[in-house]
Amino acid sequence: MQKAAEYWNPGKVSFWTEAGTPMVIDRREGYFLYDMSGKRLIDLHLNGGTYNFGHRHPELVEVLKSGLDYFDMGNHWFPSVARAAFAEQLVNTAPHTKYAIFGAGGAEAVEIALKTARYATKRKKIVSIIKGYHGHSGLSVATGDERFSKIFLADQPDDFLQIPFNDADALESVLKGRDVAAFIIETIPATYGFPMPNDGYLKACQDLCHKYGTKFISDEVQTGLMRTGVMWGWQGYGLKPDIFVCGKGLGGGIYPISACLVTEECGQWLVEDGAAHISTAGGSELGCLVGHHVIEMLQRPEVISNIKFVTEYFAQSMKEMMARHSDFFVGVRQRGVVLGLEFDHPEGAVAVSRALYENGVWAIFSSLDKSVLQFKPGVVLDVDTCQEIIDRFDAAMPRARQILKSGRRVA
Amino acid sequence: MSEHQVFNTPRLEVPDRSLSRARMKVDRAAWASRYFRNFNRKAVLEIAESIAEAGYNRAGEFAELAVSETGYGVVEHKKLKNQLCTYELLNYYRDLDLVTPRVDAARQIIELAKPAGVVFALAPATNPVATVYYKAMLAVLSRNAIVISPHPAAKKTSVLAAQHLAAAAEAAGAPSGLIQCVEEPSIPLVQDIMASDRINVIIATGGTAMVRAAYSSGNPALGVGPGNAVAYVDPSANVAATAKCLVDSKSFDNSVLCTNESVVITLEKNRGNLERALRSAGAHICNEIDTDKLRNYLFGGEGFTLEAIGKSARWIAEQAGVRVSPATKVLVPVVATPGQDDLLFHEKLCPVLTLTAAVDFEQAVTFAKHTTRRGAGHSAAFHGDNSNRLVDFSQKMPVYRVVVNAPCSQGAAGFATHLPPTFTIGTGFAGRSSVGENVGPQHLVHWTRIAYAKDSKVNLESIDLSDVTTSGNPTAEVQSRKSVTEPVDSGVRDELRRLILEELQNLKGDAQ
Ligand SMILES: Cc1ncc(COP(=O)(O)O)c(C=O)c1O
Repeated sequence: MQKAAEYWNPGKVSFWTEAGTPMVIDRREGYFLYDMSGKRLIDLHLNGGTYNFGHRHPELVEVLKSGLDYFDMGNHWFPSVARAAFAEQLVNTAPHTKYAIFGAGGAEAVEIALKTARYATKRKKIVSIIKGYHGHSGLSVATGDERFSKIFLADQPDDFLQIPFNDADALESVLKGRDVAAFIIETIPATYGFPMPNDGYLKACQDLCHKYGTKFISDEVQTGLMRTGVMWGWQGYGLKPDIFVCGKGLGGGIYPISACLVTEECGQWLVEDGAAHISTAGGSELGCLVGHHVIEMLQRPEVISNIKFVTEYFAQSMKEMMARHSDFFVGVRQRGVVLGLEFDHPEGAVAVSRALYENGVWAIFSSLDKSVLQFKPGVVLDVDTCQEIIDRFDAAMPRARQILKSGRRVA
Repeated sequence: MSEHQVFNTPRLEVPDRSLSRARMKVDRAAWASRYFRNFNRKAVLEIAESIAEAGYNRAGEFAELAVSETGYGVVEHKKLKNQLCTYELLNYYRDLDLVTPRVDAARQIIELAKPAGVVFALAPATNPVATVYYKAMLAVLSRNAIVISPHPAAKKTSVLAAQHLAAAAEAAGAPSGLIQCVEEPSIPLVQDIMASDRINVIIATGGTAMVRAAYSSGNPALGVGPGNAVAYVDPSANVAATAKCLVDSKSFDNSVLCTNESVVITLEKNRGNLERALRSAGAHICNEIDTDKLRNYLFGGEGFTLEAIGKSARWIAEQAGVRVSPATKVLVPVVATPGQDDLLFHEKLCPVLTLTAAVDFEQAVTFAKHTTRRGAGHSAAFHGDNSNRLVDFSQKMPVYRVVVNAPCSQGAAGFATHLPPTFTIGTGFAGRSSVGENVGPQHLVHWTRIAYAKDSKVNLESIDLSDVTTSGNPTAEVQSRKSVTEPVDSGVRDELRRLILEELQNLKGDAQ
């Protein structure tokens, strides 16, 4: 801890210490984390779906290990079997797209998406939603909350506009000028606490984009990979985004890779100048190998069925929990295995996160709305662990109540 | 390294995904079990009825597939066996309620049924479909989820049969994943799953090694090993009827059931009679030379000649170089005296029935006992009317079924007798197994017994037990009548919704 504060990141160290969750992760296996003292935590953070299959899933580890006997990152200038196979597989999951462009992280894929939209429209402006989150690189950070851009003087208020979520009229008013290249939106905004899009909202946004010649970009970094019950979140809303990005769990939590999928029309720059975007670590062959296997696993009937069971289980038991703790547990936002739990206090989720931590469960609050706890079970969770999560959740509620009470008095 | 190198080794070792998939199946089964274990009797019977119907309808088709995939057995007979594992099996257990709580007012005890959970079942190559049908039905009737690992030689057919039943179960309201089958079975996979703490009980049917492995796995197991049934023909028997039983039994599905007679023994004075009767029933009685040829063919290599399993009598005769009439159903090598060492006294899963004769009843029993040791705990047959001898024989034989005046294969398996119909014959303590009966759904349920003090006088009838079971799947989500793949494109759904709204508005307009 001391060394981490000294050499690594004093801000983060003191933040987590104050939050009451001073976790240093030691071993990790399946959906379990162990801290340095050996205390076990069930992971419901999963780093936003990075550990969709749990930590170090044996099958994925084996794929990576055997991959190392043949592959390395590869030469990003040249075609490769692994990249071609993975790109084909991804495009097959979204037949209206034509090309898959690889990056190493989510922000990079977002970067590619925004550049692609600018190329395709010859326009510069980018619209995103207030409290959206698309990563922390140059263009992507400019789309997000100003907390992250201002500090590095990376905000670009002229080219990057923000509108409120679930407000199609607001979108129309900024698109009307016909000078917007892209509207980028998380299918369900994660860092904002998973507020659900209103019925028809996303479809209306997509229609508006098309009406005004703007590209519609879905950020599927947290909602893709079966986490909402379908491979890509947009499928569940009847959308066909011009461009969409995915990352996190695509690399199975063991090898970073991200992808940006584009329609044929948007992807013309790949024909004009394929080297217009270049990334040494983007689309590394090992990453493609793991990613290919991740997609294959997600398509198995056993996994699809398991997701349904986990989804249904938490829908049911969260309803019960809410009834039992209705004094401050006031709402559940859910789609598939993406859940946001609403608490009746602006810092409610921080207290619940801490209480859960003390009870052996790790779930993180939403950075941009601290009344909402992000609750993100994995796709192959088994019935016993799910039951245990709920038992621990129930046990943690009185403690959360207590933390909140004492906090209130202090405040 | 040379300047141009050709690599012969495979570029990439793709790891085996079948084990991981099998583990996922077990987890999925655990989810299914979580819901199914609380279903009420009506819901359970509906599902059972549905898989019986589905199984019955495609019994013939799967029989053909099984024979063409494995090369074992006779299509017509397999079809019959498959059918027997549908309605017949269900009807036998229909009134055995393993679901509803039992109230015993006199003893002041209430019993609540607790299914095992996830059953891991092994199925042999010789009866692939019937075993899948049978074990799936047992699982459903006892409210368990089941993952079947078929014999690799029969995996395609087994998977199809299991999927067919699974779909029928789901259509009748079962949670998805209730009946599953491993697509790529292998010995390491089976060992891994058997030892896993995610399964609750194993039903192992198969060779000795597999059954022993099941028992050593650390999980509760119902293991059932090979048989080597002896039929004793008493001089009091009607030889014509007996011979017909023996030939029918031994030729049934080319003798791949482990309950098939392996050896028939009678008394010296009766041997001629029996031989004649067998011959008229369609058996070929071998002379000494033919007997030697058969022995050589069947046991000349290392152990039993596997290619002979489930083949017809004519085919085997041809391979062995024995000339038989085309109508021959069974080959009968004759070993004049009942010594222990003749290889022809070993188990033979093919229509070859060794005949021998003893000087008296005592010698016959002694011989039968020893022969049966090789398939201990299994079955035997008795032909005749002498009930003293029947009891004596049954008392001395280390078997748990003695079939009387009936074909042993169908008799011990409960199809020609009133024994419970089964494809898992409990071989009991004599066969180093935990069950000695024909395995049924009752073996997959334990009961929680709520026991009051001896002198208490609680009115048990007034206790509300209605919450113990549910009327079926509580939620639409897990109800997998809906396809597991992509949901209806919501574009289409929106369009439908719009049309319906329009329709409604038109209706309203009309009314105004
Ligand atoms: C929705 C969304 N988009 C993009 C990103 C950025 O991904 P990365 O951190 O891999 O750059 C994140 C990461 O949290 C995210 O949640």
